[in-house]
Amino acid sequence: MAETTAPEPTRRDFLYIATGGVAAVGAALAAWPFIDQMNPSSAVLALASIEADLSAIQVGQQVVFNWRGHPLFVRRRTPQEIAEAKAVDVASLPDPLARNANLPDNAPATDADRAAKDPQWLIVVGVCTHLGCTPTVSTPQVPQGEYGGWLCHCHGSQYDTAGRIRKGPAPQNLAVPPYTFQSPTKIKVG
Amino acid sequence: MSGPSTYVPKSGFGRWMDSRLPLMRFAHDTIITYPTPKNLNFWYAFGAILTFMLGIQILTGIVLAMHYVANAGLAFDSVEGIMRNINYGWLIRYMHANGATFFFIAVYIHMFRGLYYGSYKSPREVIWILGVILYLLMVATAFFGYVLPWGQMSFWGATVITNFFSALDQIVPHLGSAIATWLWGGFAVGDATLNRFFSLHYLLPFVIAGVVGLHIWALHVPGNNNPLGIDTKGPQDMLPFHPYYTVKDSFYVALFALIYLAFVFYAPDFFGNPDNYTPANPVVTPPDIVPEWYLLPFYAMLRSVPQKLIGVLVMAGSLLTLVFVPWLDTSKVRSTRFRPMMKQFFWLFVFDCLILGYCGSQGADAALHMQGFELPLVWVARVATLYYFGFFWVVMPLLGIIEKPKPLPANISQPVLAAE
Repeated sequence: MAETTAPEPTRRDFLYIATGGVAAVGAALAAWPFIDQMNPSSAVLALASIEADLSAIQVGQQVVFNWRGHPLFVRRRTPQEIAEAKAVDVASLPDPLARNANLPDNAPATDADRAAKDPQWLIVVGVCTHLGCTPTVSTPQVPQGEYGGWLCHCHGSQYDTAGRIRKGPAPQNLAVPPYTFQSPTKIKVG
Repeated sequence: MSGPSTYVPKSGFGRWMDSRLPLMRFAHDTIITYPTPKNLNFWYAFGAILTFMLGIQILTGIVLAMHYVANAGLAFDSVEGIMRNINYGWLIRYMHANGATFFFIAVYIHMFRGLYYGSYKSPREVIWILGVILYLLMVATAFFGYVLPWGQMSFWGATVITNFFSALDQIVPHLGSAIATWLWGGFAVGDATLNRFFSLHYLLPFVIAGVVGLHIWALHVPGNNNPLGIDTKGPQDMLPFHPYYTVKDSFYVALFALIYLAFVFYAPDFFGNPDNYTPANPVVTPPDIVPEWYLLPFYAMLRSVPQKLIGVLVMAGSLLTLVFVPWLDTSKVRSTRFRPMMKQFFWLFVFDCLILGYCGSQGADAALHMQGFELPLVWVARVATLYYFGFFWVVMPLLGIIEKPKPLPANISQPVLAAE
């Protein structure tokens, strides 16, 4: 049997590894600008917040604003819609988290955690959490889905009157954006 | 290419060039003398048809890019400008839009032909895998191209497809959303998205052309498969590519072009969606969003799963499965002609893909009504999805073991001589 012995590492081996290592790190650093250029630019980020006047919105009505290129739903809910949302057992929801940017990440999806302090206002991003379509609002005259909130026509996700996912492929409740009431009828979003 | 070259330069310049850059020798060996089995039928013309369609798409695309403006505020109007104001703009755009459709018709026939005759089996696995890569590149190019007119379907198609990545949020929180934002260059599909899609739409066809080169290279090493699926035994089984297959391919290219141009001239919007003649509106989703027809089967599979991440994985898996086909098929016999059981499962698979396509074209809550009995299409799609995967992962490996193939002919001349 021939005996195999690993040759002693030489100065040259060290130089190969050191040169290769520097080249790899250099290539990775050089690649970053080419990757990061695709992220939102400063100009896009600068347009990240809007102000909206809610005074013209009637009870039972939804108005759509444009926020960061997405539809923003502001819905003035009827007492019945609020009562329906409050009556739901949070533990039975597909997504039990509030998904409210104004609250801690682990806040439960109760109606109080979803709606504004004045419960008639529900402010959510109108982007279905499945694949990004805009859900259609449900009204007593033209109901959409079984839960009185919204129905997404793309793939059939249904939301309730607190914007919580109840049925269909969407994994999460409609997102509540960061917002503050500057007066009882004026909000700043973002 | 395989075999020794038989090229003999005829002129002094030819000899001079041949010892420096043997381009003519390469062309001669590839297109003129390349030995081709003499029993190739009509279904083998689709390679040439696809090359022709790639040429049409690149030519019309370069012209369209001279007039198109990749800006969210101007894109829709610039496409209308091409249709109304540019000389022959309507013709060139309709050639490009219908060209995509006929490119996919040809590629699907080409793929089903490969499946039927076992063209993916040893020693042609690499040809098949390069073909799968080409198909994926075609899908990506078509998707980017469909976004460019910036109509409602463009916008919402781009939104839905890029949101596939947000499913990764269910594995690593925020990872998927970060990827989606990175793809968009904003918080939603917008101007930055349109610009980069245009850049990639221009790039990818040339990548396709490069991979087509590899695909043909890989084909010319073992040589063509043939409808009998048996190895060719020697020169008596072969014909030179030119003039035999150059002429045969040209005839079918012309026939294919005739059908393609009939649509360009007489039904240019037949495969289009009228919603895409409405400018993109980021706050209103059209009531029924559907992808182009050639992606409908995959869309049906996505929708048949009620869970976001699994739905996206099923769809990705349906494409990825194709890569493994050379190893999933355990049969020693290539051609389905000699595989009585495979023949039935194969045609059921073709039918299955058509069913999936139909399901994908209907609304999310559509149903079949039959004599008072209601069958939700989503269940049809679920069964069809199951068979799609079952065909590759269960039927293909099992049939190789349990099926008794018919006897194979001794050589490719025998079936013809026996019939006389």
